[in-house]
Amino acid sequence: MIWVDTLVQGILLGGLYALFAAGLSLVFGIMRLVNLAHGDLIVFAAYLILMGVTLLGLPPWIAALIAMPLMFGLGWLLQSAVLNRVLGKDILPPLLVTFGLSVALQNGLLETFSADSRRIPAGSLEGASLDLGIVTVGVMPLLTFASAIIVIVALNALFYHTALGRAFRATSDDAVTAGLMGIEPKRIFAIATGIAMVVVTIAALYLGMRANFDPSIGPARLIYAFEAVIIGGLGSLWGTLAGGVIIGVAQTFGAAVNPEWQILAGHLAFLAVMLLKPRGLFPRAVD
Amino acid sequence: MLLETHGLTANYGQFRALFGVDIAVAEGECIAIIGANGAGKSTLMRSITGVIRNEPGMVLHRGTPIGALSSAEIMKRGIAMVPEGRRLFPSLTVEENLLIGGQARQVPGPWSLESIYGLFPILRERRKNSGTALSGGQQQMVAIGRALMSNPELLLCDEISLGLAPVVIRDIYAVLPRIREGGAAIVVVEQDIGKALAVADRVYCMMEGRVTLVAKPADVTREAIHAAYFGEAA
Repeated sequence: MIWVDTLVQGILLGGLYALFAAGLSLVFGIMRLVNLAHGDLIVFAAYLILMGVTLLGLPPWIAALIAMPLMFGLGWLLQSAVLNRVLGKDILPPLLVTFGLSVALQNGLLETFSADSRRIPAGSLEGASLDLGIVTVGVMPLLTFASAIIVIVALNALFYHTALGRAFRATSDDAVTAGLMGIEPKRIFAIATGIAMVVVTIAALYLGMRANFDPSIGPARLIYAFEAVIIGGLGSLWGTLAGGVIIGVAQTFGAAVNPEWQILAGHLAFLAVMLLKPRGLFPRAVD
Repeated sequence: MLLETHGLTANYGQFRALFGVDIAVAEGECIAIIGANGAGKSTLMRSITGVIRNEPGMVLHRGTPIGALSSAEIMKRGIAMVPEGRRLFPSLTVEENLLIGGQARQVPGPWSLESIYGLFPILRERRKNSGTALSGGQQQMVAIGRALMSNPELLLCDEISLGLAPVVIRDIYAVLPRIREGGAAIVVVEQDIGKALAVADRVYCMMEGRVTLVAKPADVTREAIHAAYFGEAA
Protein backbone atom coordinates (compact mmCIF):
# COMPACT_ATOMS: atom_id res chain seq x y z
CA MET A 1 0.00 0.00 0.00
CA ILE A 2 3.09 2.20 -0.05
CA TRP A 3 2.25 3.39 -3.54
CA VAL A 4 -1.22 4.59 -2.49
CA ASP A 5 0.46 6.64 0.19
CA THR A 6 2.96 8.03 -2.33
CA LEU A 7 0.13 8.90 -4.72
CA VAL A 8 -1.85 10.73 -2.04
CA GLN A 9 1.19 12.67 -0.84
CA GLY A 10 1.96 13.58 -4.44
CA ILE A 11 -1.56 14.83 -5.12
CA LEU A 12 -1.46 16.94 -1.96
CA LEU A 13 1.97 18.33 -2.93
CA GLY A 14 0.40 19.25 -6.27
CA GLY A 15 -1.90 21.59 -4.35
CA LEU A 16 1.13 23.65 -3.31
CA TYR A 17 2.38 23.82 -6.90
CA ALA A 18 -1.08 24.80 -8.09
CA LEU A 19 -1.06 27.65 -5.56
CA PHE A 20 2.33 28.75 -6.90
CA ALA A 21 0.95 28.60 -10.42
CA ALA A 22 -2.58 30.03 -10.10
CA GLY A 23 -1.42 33.67 -10.03
CA LEU A 24 0.89 33.09 -12.95
CA SER A 25 -1.92 31.42 -14.90
CA LEU A 26 -4.32 34.28 -14.15
CA VAL A 27 -1.91 36.97 -15.36
CA PHE A 28 -0.90 35.01 -18.43
CA GLY A 29 -4.53 34.28 -19.28
CA ILE A 30 -5.50 37.96 -19.21
CA MET A 31 -2.49 39.82 -20.61
CA ARG A 32 -0.18 37.19 -22.12
CA LEU A 33 2.51 38.27 -19.67
CA VAL A 34 4.94 35.76 -18.14
CA ASN A 35 6.13 37.27 -14.89
CA LEU A 36 9.64 35.88 -14.31
CA ALA A 37 9.66 37.43 -10.82
CA HIS A 38 6.63 35.36 -9.76
CA GLY A 39 8.67 32.97 -7.59
CA ASP A 40 10.58 35.82 -5.97
CA LEU A 41 7.31 37.62 -5.25
CA ILE A 42 6.12 34.46 -3.43
CA VAL A 43 9.33 34.50 -1.35
CA PHE A 44 8.87 38.24 -0.74
CA ALA A 45 5.33 37.64 0.52
CA ALA A 46 6.63 34.84 2.77
CA TYR A 47 9.03 37.33 4.40
CA LEU A 48 6.19 39.81 4.75
CA ILE A 49 4.12 37.21 6.61
CA LEU A 50 7.17 36.22 8.67
CA MET A 51 7.61 39.86 9.74
CA GLY A 52 3.98 39.98 10.85
CA VAL A 53 4.57 36.85 12.92
CA THR A 54 7.95 37.78 14.44
CA LEU A 55 7.69 41.56 14.78
CA LEU A 56 3.98 41.93 15.58
CA GLY A 57 3.51 38.53 17.24
CA LEU A 58 0.53 37.67 15.01
CA PRO A 59 -0.61 34.14 14.18
CA PRO A 60 0.48 33.26 10.60
CA TRP A 61 -3.12 33.25 9.28
CA ILE A 62 -3.74 36.78 10.54
CA ALA A 63 -0.34 37.94 9.26
CA ALA A 64 -1.24 36.54 5.82
CA LEU A 65 -4.64 38.27 5.91
CA ILE A 66 -2.87 41.58 6.57
CA ALA A 67 -0.27 40.86 3.88
CA MET A 68 -2.99 40.25 1.24
CA PRO A 69 -4.12 43.87 0.75
CA LEU A 70 -0.50 45.02 0.91
CA MET A 71 0.45 42.56 -1.82
CA PHE A 72 -2.64 43.56 -3.84
CA GLY A 73 -1.44 47.17 -3.66
CA LEU A 74 2.07 46.14 -4.64
CA GLY A 75 0.74 44.19 -7.63
CA TRP A 76 -1.45 47.13 -8.69
CA LEU A 77 1.54 49.50 -8.44
CA LEU A 78 3.90 47.12 -10.22
CA GLN A 79 1.46 46.75 -13.10
CA SER A 80 0.47 50.42 -13.46
CA ALA A 81 3.90 51.93 -12.91
CA VAL A 82 6.09 49.37 -14.67
CA LEU A 83 4.55 46.47 -16.56
CA ASN A 84 1.82 48.43 -18.39
CA ARG A 85 4.56 50.51 -20.00
CA VAL A 86 6.26 47.50 -21.55
CA LEU A 87 3.27 45.38 -22.57
CA GLY A 88 2.84 45.37 -26.33
CA LYS A 89 3.22 43.31 -29.44
CA ASP A 90 6.82 42.47 -28.59
CA ILE A 91 6.96 39.86 -25.80
CA LEU A 92 10.63 40.49 -25.00
CA PRO A 93 10.44 43.80 -23.00
CA PRO A 94 8.12 42.44 -20.28
CA LEU A 95 10.29 39.33 -19.98
CA LEU A 96 13.41 41.45 -19.52
CA VAL A 97 11.73 43.78 -17.02
CA THR A 98 10.38 40.94 -14.87
CA PHE A 99 13.77 39.18 -15.06
CA GLY A 100 15.38 42.37 -13.77
CA LEU A 101 12.75 42.60 -11.05
CA SER A 102 13.54 39.01 -10.06
CA VAL A 103 17.25 39.80 -9.65
CA ALA A 104 16.51 43.00 -7.74
CA LEU A 105 14.04 41.25 -5.40
CA GLN A 106 16.46 38.41 -4.62
CA ASN A 107 19.27 40.80 -3.81
CA GLY A 108 17.02 43.14 -1.87
CA LEU A 109 15.79 40.23 0.26
CA LEU A 110 19.35 38.96 0.72
CA GLU A 111 20.47 42.41 1.88
CA THR A 112 17.51 42.77 4.28
CA PHE A 113 17.05 39.27 5.66
CA SER A 114 20.49 37.60 5.03
CA ALA A 115 20.89 34.19 3.41
CA ASP A 116 19.75 32.32 6.52
CA SER A 117 16.92 29.85 6.09
CA ARG A 118 13.73 30.95 7.78
CA ARG A 119 10.38 29.35 8.48
CA ILE A 120 6.96 30.67 9.42
CA PRO A 121 6.10 28.97 12.75
CA ALA A 122 2.76 27.19 12.50
CA GLY A 123 2.60 25.83 16.06
CA SER A 124 0.88 22.50 16.62
CA LEU A 125 -0.24 22.26 12.98
CA GLU A 126 3.31 21.58 11.85
CA GLY A 127 3.34 17.92 12.85
CA ALA A 128 -0.40 17.24 12.98
CA SER A 129 -1.77 14.38 10.88
CA LEU A 130 -5.01 12.58 10.11
CA ASP A 131 -5.34 8.81 9.96
CA LEU A 132 -7.56 7.97 6.99
CA GLY A 133 -7.27 4.18 7.25
CA ILE A 134 -5.16 3.25 4.25
CA VAL A 135 -3.01 6.36 4.49
CA THR A 136 -2.04 8.97 7.02
CA VAL A 137 -1.92 12.52 5.71
CA GLY A 138 -0.47 15.65 7.25
CA VAL A 139 -2.97 18.35 8.17
CA MET A 140 -0.75 21.01 6.57
CA PRO A 141 -0.61 19.33 3.11
CA LEU A 142 -4.37 18.77 3.34
CA LEU A 143 -4.96 22.45 4.15
CA THR A 144 -2.68 23.42 1.26
CA PHE A 145 -4.63 21.29 -1.18
CA ALA A 146 -7.98 22.53 0.13
CA SER A 147 -6.74 26.11 -0.22
CA ALA A 148 -5.68 25.44 -3.81
CA ILE A 149 -9.18 24.14 -4.62
CA ILE A 150 -10.81 27.11 -2.92
CA VAL A 151 -8.53 29.56 -4.75
CA ILE A 152 -9.30 27.99 -8.12
CA VAL A 153 -13.05 27.79 -7.47
CA ALA A 154 -12.98 31.44 -6.37
CA LEU A 155 -10.96 32.60 -9.37
CA ASN A 156 -13.27 30.69 -11.73
CA ALA A 157 -16.33 32.23 -10.08
CA LEU A 158 -14.74 35.66 -10.46
CA PHE A 159 -13.86 34.95 -14.07
CA TYR A 160 -17.18 33.53 -15.23
CA HIS A 161 -19.83 35.00 -12.95
CA THR A 162 -18.93 38.64 -12.31
CA ALA A 163 -18.81 41.85 -14.33
CA LEU A 164 -15.11 42.16 -13.51
CA GLY A 165 -14.53 38.65 -14.86
CA ARG A 166 -16.36 39.57 -18.08
CA ALA A 167 -14.09 42.59 -18.39
CA PHE A 168 -11.05 40.33 -17.81
CA ARG A 169 -12.10 37.95 -20.60
CA ALA A 170 -13.11 40.71 -23.00
CA THR A 171 -9.84 42.55 -22.49
CA SER A 172 -7.93 39.32 -23.03
CA ASP A 173 -9.84 38.76 -26.30
CA ASP A 174 -9.51 42.26 -27.74
CA ALA A 175 -8.23 45.20 -25.70
CA VAL A 176 -9.17 47.85 -28.32
CA THR A 177 -12.81 46.75 -28.52
CA ALA A 178 -12.90 46.42 -24.72
CA GLY A 179 -11.92 50.11 -24.64
CA LEU A 180 -14.95 50.90 -26.80
CA MET A 181 -17.06 49.21 -24.10
CA GLY A 182 -15.81 51.69 -21.49
CA ILE A 183 -13.19 49.31 -20.08
CA GLU A 184 -9.68 50.69 -19.44
CA PRO A 185 -7.41 47.74 -20.29
CA LYS A 186 -4.57 49.11 -18.17
CA ARG A 187 -6.80 49.35 -15.14
CA ILE A 188 -8.03 45.80 -15.74
CA PHE A 189 -4.42 44.59 -15.95
CA ALA A 190 -3.57 46.37 -12.67
CA ILE A 191 -6.52 44.71 -10.90
CA ALA A 192 -5.54 41.30 -12.34
CA THR A 193 -1.95 41.58 -11.10
CA GLY A 194 -3.26 42.75 -7.72
CA ILE A 195 -5.46 39.64 -7.49
CA ALA A 196 -2.54 37.45 -8.61
CA MET A 197 -0.51 38.90 -5.73
CA VAL A 198 -3.27 37.97 -3.26
CA VAL A 199 -2.98 34.38 -4.54
CA VAL A 200 0.80 34.70 -4.26
CA THR A 201 0.34 35.60 -0.57
CA ILE A 202 -1.71 32.45 0.03
CA ALA A 203 0.99 30.40 -1.72
CA ALA A 204 3.64 32.15 0.40
CA LEU A 205 1.85 31.26 3.63
CA TYR A 206 2.05 27.53 2.85
CA LEU A 207 5.52 27.76 1.33
CA GLY A 208 6.78 29.35 4.56
CA MET A 209 4.94 27.09 6.99
CA ARG A 210 5.77 23.80 5.24
CA ALA A 211 9.48 24.20 4.67
CA ASN A 212 12.45 26.49 5.11
CA PHE A 213 12.91 29.34 2.70
CA ASP A 214 15.64 31.83 1.89
CA PRO A 215 15.96 34.64 -0.67
CA SER A 216 17.36 32.35 -3.38
CA ILE A 217 14.52 29.83 -3.77
CA GLY A 218 12.18 31.95 -5.91
CA PRO A 219 13.34 30.88 -9.39
CA ALA A 220 12.82 27.16 -8.62
CA ARG A 221 9.21 27.93 -7.48
CA LEU A 222 8.74 29.82 -10.74
CA ILE A 223 9.83 26.74 -12.70
CA TYR A 224 7.36 24.47 -10.90
CA ALA A 225 4.61 27.05 -11.37
CA PHE A 226 5.45 27.54 -15.00
CA GLU A 227 5.49 23.79 -15.67
CA ALA A 228 2.11 23.41 -13.96
CA VAL A 229 0.63 26.19 -16.11
CA ILE A 230 2.04 24.74 -19.33
CA ILE A 231 0.95 21.17 -18.55
CA GLY A 232 -2.57 22.38 -17.79
CA GLY A 233 -2.82 24.42 -20.97
CA LEU A 234 -2.22 28.16 -20.96
CA GLY A 235 -4.99 30.13 -19.31
CA SER A 236 -7.01 27.20 -17.86
CA LEU A 237 -7.17 27.33 -14.05
CA TRP A 238 -8.40 23.76 -13.50
CA GLY A 239 -5.72 22.69 -15.95
CA THR A 240 -3.21 24.46 -13.74
CA LEU A 241 -4.37 22.39 -10.75
CA ALA A 242 -4.04 19.22 -12.85
CA GLY A 243 -0.56 20.35 -13.90
CA GLY A 244 0.45 20.94 -10.29
CA VAL A 245 -0.85 17.48 -9.30
CA ILE A 246 1.03 15.79 -12.17
CA ILE A 247 4.31 17.41 -11.10
CA GLY A 248 3.62 16.65 -7.43
CA VAL A 249 2.83 12.98 -8.10
CA ALA A 250 5.85 12.58 -10.37
CA GLN A 251 8.08 14.12 -7.71
CA THR A 252 6.86 11.90 -4.88
CA PHE A 253 7.15 8.76 -7.02
CA GLY A 254 10.62 9.85 -8.12
CA ALA A 255 11.57 10.38 -4.50
CA ALA A 256 10.12 7.00 -3.54
CA VAL A 257 12.44 5.30 -6.02
CA ASN A 258 15.45 7.37 -5.07
CA PRO A 259 15.38 10.63 -3.05
CA GLU A 260 17.77 12.22 -5.54
CA TRP A 261 15.23 11.74 -8.34
CA GLN A 262 12.46 13.87 -6.84
CA ILE A 263 13.05 17.10 -8.77
CA LEU A 264 14.20 15.34 -11.94
CA ALA A 265 11.04 13.19 -12.04
CA GLY A 266 8.87 16.31 -11.96
CA HIS A 267 10.70 17.84 -14.91
CA LEU A 268 10.57 14.53 -16.83
CA ALA A 269 6.80 14.39 -16.34
CA PHE A 270 6.61 17.92 -17.74
CA LEU A 271 8.66 16.91 -20.80
CA ALA A 272 6.53 13.79 -21.31
CA VAL A 273 3.31 15.84 -21.34
CA MET A 274 4.91 18.30 -23.77
CA LEU A 275 5.83 15.44 -26.11
CA LEU A 276 2.32 13.97 -26.07
CA LYS A 277 0.26 17.18 -25.86
CA PRO A 278 2.32 20.20 -26.86
CA ARG A 279 -0.55 22.64 -26.11
CA GLY A 280 -1.14 21.19 -22.64
CA LEU A 281 -3.97 19.04 -21.35
CA PHE A 282 -6.78 21.62 -21.37
CA PRO A 283 -5.91 24.31 -23.92
CA ARG A 284 -8.41 27.13 -24.31
CA ALA A 285 -10.32 26.97 -27.58
CA VAL A 286 -9.39 30.52 -28.57
CA ASP A 287 -5.71 31.41 -28.63
CA MET B 1 -24.17 70.30 -31.21
CA LEU B 2 -24.02 66.78 -29.83
CA LEU B 3 -20.78 66.04 -31.65
CA GLU B 4 -18.50 68.12 -33.84
CA THR B 5 -15.13 67.60 -35.41
CA HIS B 6 -13.01 70.62 -36.30
CA GLY B 7 -10.17 70.29 -38.76
CA LEU B 8 -9.73 66.66 -37.71
CA THR B 9 -6.53 65.11 -38.99
CA ALA B 10 -5.26 61.57 -38.47
CA ASN B 11 -2.07 59.80 -39.41
CA TYR B 12 -0.93 56.20 -39.59
CA GLY B 13 2.80 56.74 -39.15
CA GLN B 14 3.95 58.76 -42.16
CA PHE B 15 0.67 58.26 -43.97
CA ARG B 16 -1.98 60.94 -43.47
CA ALA B 17 -5.48 59.49 -43.61
CA LEU B 18 -7.63 62.52 -42.71
CA PHE B 19 -7.06 66.12 -43.89
CA GLY B 20 -9.09 68.52 -41.76
CA VAL B 21 -12.49 66.84 -41.56
CA ASP B 22 -15.43 68.89 -40.21
CA ILE B 23 -18.64 67.09 -39.38
CA ALA B 24 -21.47 67.93 -37.00
CA VAL B 25 -24.21 65.75 -35.52
CA ALA B 26 -27.22 67.30 -33.79
CA GLU B 27 -29.25 65.71 -31.03
CA GLY B 28 -31.38 62.84 -32.39
CA GLU B 29 -30.12 63.31 -35.94
CA CYS B 30 -29.21 60.50 -38.35
CA ILE B 31 -26.11 61.13 -40.40
CA ALA B 32 -24.72 58.91 -43.13
CA ILE B 33 -21.07 58.99 -44.10
CA ILE B 34 -20.47 57.48 -47.49
CA GLY B 35 -17.34 56.97 -49.51
CA ALA B 36 -15.30 54.34 -51.29
CA ASN B 37 -12.78 52.01 -49.65
CA GLY B 38 -9.92 54.04 -48.21
CA ALA B 39 -11.85 57.33 -48.16
CA GLY B 40 -11.15 57.66 -44.42
CA LYS B 41 -14.58 56.79 -43.05
CA SER B 42 -13.38 54.18 -40.58
CA THR B 43 -10.42 56.36 -39.58
CA LEU B 44 -12.93 59.10 -38.79
CA MET B 45 -14.88 56.68 -36.56
CA ARG B 46 -11.67 55.53 -34.86
CA SER B 47 -10.70 59.15 -34.21
CA ILE B 48 -14.07 60.07 -32.73
CA THR B 49 -14.03 57.04 -30.41
CA GLY B 50 -10.48 57.60 -29.16
CA VAL B 51 -8.95 54.50 -30.76
CA ILE B 52 -6.78 57.08 -32.54
CA ARG B 53 -5.98 59.99 -30.21
CA ASN B 54 -6.03 63.57 -31.50
CA GLU B 55 -5.62 67.16 -30.39
CA PRO B 56 -8.28 67.76 -27.70
CA GLY B 57 -10.17 70.43 -29.67
CA MET B 58 -10.47 68.42 -32.86
CA VAL B 59 -13.45 66.49 -31.44
CA LEU B 60 -16.11 68.21 -29.32
CA HIS B 61 -18.92 66.55 -27.37
CA ARG B 62 -21.55 69.17 -26.43
CA GLY B 63 -18.81 71.75 -26.80
CA THR B 64 -16.34 69.94 -24.53
CA PRO B 65 -13.03 68.90 -26.13
CA ILE B 66 -12.75 65.10 -26.07
CA GLY B 67 -10.18 64.52 -28.83
CA ALA B 68 -7.44 63.39 -26.45
CA LEU B 69 -9.56 61.16 -24.21
CA SER B 70 -9.30 57.36 -24.13
CA SER B 71 -11.92 55.15 -25.81
CA ALA B 72 -13.29 54.22 -22.41
CA GLU B 73 -13.71 57.84 -21.30
CA ILE B 74 -15.44 58.76 -24.57
CA MET B 75 -17.77 55.77 -24.33
CA LYS B 76 -18.73 56.78 -20.78
CA ARG B 77 -19.82 60.17 -22.17
CA GLY B 78 -22.47 58.35 -24.22
CA ILE B 79 -20.80 57.73 -27.57
CA ALA B 80 -21.10 54.04 -28.41
CA MET B 81 -19.61 52.25 -31.38
CA VAL B 82 -20.63 49.27 -33.50
CA PRO B 83 -17.16 48.54 -34.86
CA GLU B 84 -16.37 47.44 -38.38
CA GLY B 85 -16.19 43.65 -38.54
CA ARG B 86 -18.45 43.46 -35.44
CA ARG B 87 -15.57 42.47 -33.14
CA LEU B 88 -17.59 40.31 -30.72
CA PHE B 89 -15.66 38.86 -27.78
CA PRO B 90 -15.17 35.14 -28.57
CA SER B 91 -14.72 34.18 -24.90
CA LEU B 92 -18.10 35.64 -24.00
CA THR B 93 -21.58 34.27 -24.64
CA VAL B 94 -24.12 36.33 -26.60
CA GLU B 95 -25.69 37.54 -23.37
CA GLU B 96 -22.31 38.39 -21.85
CA ASN B 97 -21.39 40.31 -25.00
CA LEU B 98 -24.56 42.35 -24.50
CA LEU B 99 -24.00 42.82 -20.78
CA ILE B 100 -20.46 44.06 -21.20
CA GLY B 101 -21.71 46.88 -23.39
CA GLY B 102 -23.64 48.38 -20.51
CA GLN B 103 -21.55 47.67 -17.46
CA ALA B 104 -19.27 50.72 -17.63
CA ARG B 105 -22.07 53.24 -18.21
CA GLN B 106 -25.28 52.54 -16.33
CA VAL B 107 -27.76 55.30 -17.08
CA PRO B 108 -31.55 55.19 -17.35
CA GLY B 109 -32.84 54.80 -20.88
CA PRO B 110 -34.92 52.69 -23.23
CA TRP B 111 -32.32 49.93 -23.70
CA SER B 112 -31.88 46.90 -21.47
CA LEU B 113 -31.27 43.21 -22.01
CA GLU B 114 -35.04 42.75 -22.27
CA SER B 115 -35.65 45.53 -24.81
CA ILE B 116 -32.73 44.34 -26.96
CA TYR B 117 -34.14 40.82 -26.95
CA GLY B 118 -37.39 42.51 -27.99
CA LEU B 119 -35.59 44.21 -30.88
CA PHE B 120 -33.76 41.01 -31.93
CA PRO B 121 -35.79 38.01 -30.64
CA ILE B 122 -33.36 35.48 -32.17
CA LEU B 123 -30.67 36.63 -29.71
CA ARG B 124 -32.75 35.46 -26.77
CA GLU B 125 -32.70 31.91 -28.17
CA ARG B 126 -28.97 32.15 -28.75
CA ARG B 127 -28.05 33.88 -25.53
CA LYS B 128 -25.97 30.99 -24.17
CA ASN B 129 -24.06 30.51 -27.44
CA SER B 130 -20.61 31.86 -28.00
CA GLY B 131 -20.90 35.11 -29.95
CA THR B 132 -18.71 33.73 -32.71
CA ALA B 133 -20.97 30.69 -33.25
CA LEU B 134 -23.66 32.90 -34.81
CA SER B 135 -24.29 33.84 -38.43
CA GLY B 136 -22.90 37.15 -39.68
CA GLY B 137 -26.26 38.88 -39.42
CA GLN B 138 -26.87 37.63 -35.89
CA GLN B 139 -23.38 38.74 -34.90
CA GLN B 140 -24.21 42.19 -36.24
CA MET B 141 -27.35 42.21 -34.09
CA VAL B 142 -25.23 41.40 -31.03
CA ALA B 143 -22.78 44.18 -31.91
CA ILE B 144 -25.63 46.70 -32.25
CA GLY B 145 -27.29 45.47 -29.06
CA ARG B 146 -23.97 45.60 -27.21
CA ALA B 147 -23.54 49.28 -28.15
CA LEU B 148 -27.17 50.09 -27.22
CA MET B 149 -26.78 48.57 -23.74
CA SER B 150 -25.07 51.76 -22.56
CA ASN B 151 -28.10 53.84 -23.66
CA PRO B 152 -25.88 56.07 -25.77
CA GLU B 153 -26.67 59.60 -26.93
CA LEU B 154 -24.85 58.84 -30.13
CA LEU B 155 -24.54 55.48 -31.85
CA LEU B 156 -21.76 55.10 -34.43
CA CYS B 157 -22.29 52.22 -36.87
CA ASP B 158 -19.22 51.40 -38.92
CA GLU B 159 -20.01 49.40 -42.08
CA ILE B 160 -22.90 47.46 -40.54
CA SER B 161 -23.93 45.95 -43.87
CA LEU B 162 -20.47 44.80 -44.95
CA GLY B 163 -20.38 41.11 -45.90
CA LEU B 164 -24.07 40.48 -45.17
CA ALA B 165 -26.76 39.13 -47.48
CA PRO B 166 -29.24 41.72 -48.83
CA VAL B 167 -32.18 40.29 -46.89
CA VAL B 168 -30.13 40.46 -43.67
CA ILE B 169 -29.06 44.04 -44.41
CA ARG B 170 -32.73 44.97 -44.83
CA ASP B 171 -33.53 43.53 -41.39
CA ILE B 172 -30.61 45.35 -39.78
CA TYR B 173 -31.58 48.68 -41.36
CA ALA B 174 -35.20 48.14 -40.35
CA VAL B 175 -34.26 48.56 -36.68
CA LEU B 176 -32.54 51.94 -37.11
CA PRO B 177 -35.83 53.91 -36.90
CA ARG B 178 -36.67 52.11 -33.66
CA ILE B 179 -33.26 53.06 -32.28
CA ARG B 180 -33.92 56.70 -33.20
CA GLU B 181 -37.27 56.54 -31.44
CA GLY B 182 -35.27 55.73 -28.32
CA GLY B 183 -33.63 59.13 -28.61
CA ALA B 184 -30.16 58.29 -29.85
CA ALA B 185 -28.50 60.15 -32.70
CA ILE B 186 -26.98 57.79 -35.26
CA VAL B 187 -24.00 58.00 -37.57
CA VAL B 188 -24.02 55.30 -40.23
CA VAL B 189 -20.85 54.66 -42.20
CA GLU B 190 -21.80 53.00 -45.46
CA GLN B 191 -20.42 52.15 -48.87
CA ASP B 192 -23.92 51.49 -50.18
CA ILE B 193 -25.17 54.92 -51.29
CA GLY B 194 -28.82 53.84 -51.65
CA LYS B 195 -28.98 52.45 -48.11
CA ALA B 196 -27.38 55.59 -46.73
CA LEU B 197 -29.70 58.01 -48.51
CA ALA B 198 -32.76 56.05 -47.38
CA VAL B 199 -32.11 56.42 -43.64
CA ALA B 200 -30.16 59.66 -43.23
CA ASP B 201 -31.25 63.25 -42.48
CA ARG B 202 -27.97 64.44 -43.93
CA VAL B 203 -25.21 62.75 -45.91
CA TYR B 204 -21.48 63.44 -45.82
CA CYS B 205 -19.46 62.03 -48.69
CA MET B 206 -15.74 61.46 -48.17
CA MET B 207 -12.90 60.91 -50.61
CA GLU B 208 -9.19 60.55 -49.92
CA GLY B 209 -9.44 61.83 -46.35
CA ARG B 210 -11.61 64.89 -47.07
CA VAL B 211 -15.31 65.68 -46.97
CA THR B 212 -16.36 66.27 -50.56
CA LEU B 213 -20.11 66.74 -50.13
CA VAL B 214 -22.62 67.59 -47.40
CA ALA B 215 -26.27 67.47 -48.35
CA LYS B 216 -29.79 66.45 -47.48
CA PRO B 217 -30.79 63.32 -49.41
CA ALA B 218 -33.79 65.12 -51.00
CA ASP B 219 -31.64 67.97 -52.30
CA VAL B 220 -28.85 65.99 -53.89
CA THR B 221 -28.58 64.64 -57.42
CA ARG B 222 -27.07 61.31 -58.44
CA GLU B 223 -24.49 63.23 -60.45
CA ALA B 224 -23.35 65.32 -57.48
CA ILE B 225 -22.93 62.20 -55.34
CA HIS B 226 -21.14 60.41 -58.13
CA ALA B 227 -18.67 63.27 -58.43
CA ALA B 228 -18.10 63.49 -54.68
CA TYR B 229 -17.75 59.71 -54.32
CA PHE B 230 -15.48 58.96 -57.25
CA GLY B 231 -13.89 62.38 -57.77
CA GLU B 232 -14.65 62.66 -61.46
CA ALA B 233 -16.89 64.94 -63.41
CA ALA B 234 -20.31 63.38 -63.82
